[in-house]
Parts: sequence; C-alpha cells; structure tokens
Amino acid sequence: MSTNVLEVQDLQTHLHLRRGVVKAVNQVSFSIAYGETLGLIGESGSGKTMTGLSLLGLLPRPAGRIVGGSIRLNGRELSQLNQATYAAQIRGKEIAMISQDPMTSLNPVFSIGSQVAAPIRRHRHDTDQTALALATEELHRVRVPSPALRISHFPHQFSGGMRQRVIAAMATACRPNLLIADEPTSALDVTIQVQLMDLLDQLQDESGAGLLFITHDLGVAASLCDRVAVMYAGSVVETAAVTDLYAAPAHPYTRGLLASVPRIGIKTERGRLFSIPGTPPDPLDLPMGCAFAPRCDLVKDRCHRESPPLIDKGGREIACFEVQ
Amino acid sequence: MLNLRAIKCHFQTNGQIVRAVDGVNLDIVKGETFALVGESGCGKSTLAKIILGLAPITAGSMSFAGEPLIKFNKRFRRRVQVVFQDPYSSLNPRLKVSTILSEPMWAHGFKRDEVTQRLELVMALVGLQTNAGNLYPHEFSGGQRQRIAIARALMLAPELILLDEPISALDVSIRAQILNLLQDLQDELNITYLLIAHDLALVQHASDRVAVMYLGRIVETGPTEKIFASPQHPYTQALISAVPEPDPTIARNSNLIRGEVASAIEPPTGCHFHPRCPHKIDRCTKESPPLVAREQVQVSCWVIGSGDLNVAK
Repeated sequence: MSTNVLEVQDLQTHLHLRRGVVKAVNQVSFSIAYGETLGLIGESGSGKTMTGLSLLGLLPRPAGRIVGGSIRLNGRELSQLNQATYAAQIRGKEIAMISQDPMTSLNPVFSIGSQVAAPIRRHRHDTDQTALALATEELHRVRVPSPALRISHFPHQFSGGMRQRVIAAMATACRPNLLIADEPTSALDVTIQVQLMDLLDQLQDESGAGLLFITHDLGVAASLCDRVAVMYAGSVVETAAVTDLYAAPAHPYTRGLLASVPRIGIKTERGRLFSIPGTPPDPLDLPMGCAFAPRCDLVKDRCHRESPPLIDKGGREIACFEVQ
Repeated sequence: MLNLRAIKCHFQTNGQIVRAVDGVNLDIVKGETFALVGESGCGKSTLAKIILGLAPITAGSMSFAGEPLIKFNKRFRRRVQVVFQDPYSSLNPRLKVSTILSEPMWAHGFKRDEVTQRLELVMALVGLQTNAGNLYPHEFSGGQRQRIAIARALMLAPELILLDEPISALDVSIRAQILNLLQDLQDELNITYLLIAHDLALVQHASDRVAVMYLGRIVETGPTEKIFASPQHPYTQALISAVPEPDPTIARNSNLIRGEVASAIEPPTGCHFHPRCPHKIDRCTKESPPLVAREQVQVSCWVIGSGDLNVAK
C-alpha cells in the first residue's frame, strides 16, 4: 500500500446564504495515494466542486466555511490554516488546480509567459528572468508548440485546448503533491479532450502527484481514474476501484446513473433509456435520512429516518442500508 | 420534408470571409430524427440558424414540404419550431409559464379559448402539472424548464422541431427523462426532429440518420446504425473512437488524429480535413472531394474513393 498524499475525514462545508444554510459538503471522507487518480463524480449541486474548493482554501467568502472534519496533506492539517499561510505555503505549491473553463481562467491582459511564471516567482522566489525561462520549459513540457515564441502571446491568441495546456503548465510549475482538476475537459471537443487526458496522464507519471479529478462525465472518469467516489447531495454514496464500480455499481444512485447513459457500440433499438425518477433535492431543504430516498427503488422506512453511513463492504464503501 | 441544396453561408468580419457553411446538401424525411454532429466551429449551429431563417443564405436553395422557401413567412414558422440548449436562458424569467407557452399562438392570431385548450393538452403531453402555468421559470428545475421549452415548441403543432443540444445543459440523471419524453412525443405526434449535438453516444441512441460536419461541409452521411458500426471517413472514425466510454476496461484511443480544427476564415485547400488526416494523399491537398455514395452511406474522401479502403481502416 502506497502512502496517502491526502486524507479527508468527515469534511463538512457549509454555505451561509441569506435564504438559509446549504450543507454543501456533508461528512465527506476519502483519501488519495501518491500517483493515484481519484474521480469525484456527481451532478451539479452535488458538492464536488465545493469539496475541491475546501481543499484549496478557496471557498466563497464570507458564505463558505469548513465547519467540521479534517483535511490532511502529507499529515499536515489544513482545515484550520489561515488565508495567508494557505497562499504562501499551500496553494500553487503543494496543491494546484486546473479549472473548468479555459476561456475565463486566464487573465486576458497578461501575457501567457508572465502568467505561467507567476507561481514560479511566488514559490521559488526566482528572478523575473529565470522565472520566464522556466515558464518556457514548462510550456514545452505540456507540449505547447514553439513555446519561446508563445510566451509573449496573450490568451485570446490560444485555442481552448492550448489554453487548457497553459493552465496545466501553471498548475504543475511548482511540482505540487496534489493536483485538483475540476471538469478540465468538459468545455473541450472530444478530439481535444482525448489529447488533454493523455497530457494529464503524462504529467502525473512524471511527478507522481495525486490527482483529484472532478467530473460529471462517466466516460471521462472511466478512462482516467483509478478509483471513483460518487457524490449525491453533498455526501459520498459510493467509493470503489474504477473497474469494480463500472462492472457492478452497488448504490442505487450509481446504478441508475450508469444505466441512464446512452453508450456507443451498445445497440439500442431506439429503445427507451432507463431513467431515475424525480429530481435532485433542493440543497437548502435536504430530506431527512438518506438524501436519495425519494428517488430510490429500494427505499424502506428506515431510509427516511436515518442517513446511512459510508461503510466498507468488501473493498468498496457504500452508504446504503439496503445494499449488502 | 426539408431539402437543402448547396447551401452556403459566408460572413464578413474585418474584411475577412468566414465560410461557416460551405456547400451543404441535406434531405430530411418526414417522421425521422436526423442528427447533425461535429465539433464546435464546424457550422452545425449556423446551419440550424439558416433553417430557422435567422442567418442569411449566401448561395443555394431550400425547400420545405415540396415548396421552395424564399421568404420565411408565418406559415413556415408555424410548421418549424425550435428547442434551445439552455433552458435557463431560453425562457423569459419575467413571464409566467402560461404566458410563455401561449405567446407563439397569440403571435399567430389564435383565439383565446383555442389557446387555453391547447395549453392544457400540451402541458399534459410533456408531463407538466396543471398549476405550473401560474408559476415563473425560476421556480422549476433544469429538467422541468426543458419540458416547458419543449411544450412551447409544441404549441403550434409543428411538423419539424429543431433540437439544438436539447440535453447537454441538464444533469446526467435528468437527461434520460427528457430523451425518453422526446421519443414518446415523436411516436405519438409523428414529428420530425433535426437534432444538433456534439454528444455522439446521444446521437447514436436517438437518431435514424446522421450527417457528420467538418469545417462547414458534410464529410459523411447515412443511416446512424451504419455509420456507427463502420465509419468510413477518417474524421468520423476519429470522432467516434475519441468518445470516452463509460467502461474502464476499454483503453483510450488517442492516436487517430492530432491538432485542432482549422479556422473557417482560411480553411485548408482541398479537403478541409487533410492537415489532421493520417491517410492523406497528394490529391487531398489540392482538390475538394465530393460526397460519393458507397453502399447506403455518402462519404467525401479521396482515399476511400480511390478504392483503397484498407488504408483508411
């Protein structure tokens, strides 16, 4: 067993809004080993992005707050760190992020070179000259063509796929131990998406870092991840090795989700797709007990009263009373 | 039902010409679902706008149900409706659902009780509860909003509905519901769908025939089943194999094509796809290949056309 770079235990993040308190992340636990890719799968509002932001210390302020649990990076507790320490010691250096939208995550008024050099200047305290030279190397590493020329260009001169490579270069410039990628491929076309997944594999092979891959796309997760954690309404409902999860999804939500996705190569005689009834719950008004109970086909009385804990069941963890 | 002949749509920006749609022929048959697929920038949305009369035609002709379409009159607009991608921006937040749904009929001069009658019928068809009419869009979830958008398209009892990425803005667990609804409506009302999508798994599931577009041109078209079972054009092959399958035992196939879609301002000479094509021959860089029928499929490729199909496989 390799050592874990990240251990998250019973993490609780709340968003205090005018209309009430959203339990965005509700007792979430998972761990990531060095060199491992953990996929965090969920629909919009399931808390996957809030989990990522909690790890980065980037929760929306003042609404977002970690109210319980622990985040340990290499054994160091992060959940109580103040902002200045986070910025100086963690973000960009120990944990870095590749965000979803390559069109908005680069600053349009700074050159690509100065943006890739920014984390290097900040964390390695290099001079501007050396930082820029290193930035060129970083761009070369993520296979941006003619990097020496491209560092003086601006984001609008890059295509979506190339911008995402630039962001990957920024994120990995200081060789972080943990990389968080939040839907990095969903704004890209499929032929470009494949190229970016190859790049992520390559970067991880080179650095041995852990990767938390946040996505709603079951296909992308299957292709990239070693293990998968499925989130629903702020909680993890199932964690398993990727092959186990796709071969035999156990939680009723995971099962429904996988069954409802049309697949290439599998002949559907224009048949109907399986569909999970109902809609995800209002995060301000979660149902009592298991949040999935109102849509579940295995629901029993108990599910409406108690929320099921995430329990180890033969190599995988499942939060469900009915699945044995 | 809908025929397009050599449709071109060129825009001018800063003195440069964007060839958004560059000579497209399309025949959509009554009652079928015809899908247009392609990556962003391939011209599928522009083609949709042309069909709706929202973008100018530079060259070519269009006919609907046998009649040439020269002016987009009210009669045509009644028969062709559209469902947009994002139900968060396609519904007016300041109008009640009943108003949103009634507007198309008011615009076409229907009487008040005709509208009320149709409203009840359509809301039942798409599975909206009767009290939904008095609510505003923000009171609904994404899936419910898309039902409202579909209901609005149905109000005028159209023959053709254009579905522009109808499920890609929705949550994964909701998509199947909307897809099944669209299929039920087609079975019940015999509507023709033109489906525009980039999600190939969806296209395979939901369409009868498909056209694959690349940089303003159709590179391959035919029955969906045929094209997905044995794609012939190198671009179609790459596109289909690039889709990540929800099955971790299938290895990622990333060696088929490299690079990115070229610009529509200065498209490559000859075959638009040749700079990314692994099988290109000299001729591809000079002449543009026509769409040639091969079995039930039409393909535009010199390499396949030369009979050297094994090369492309």
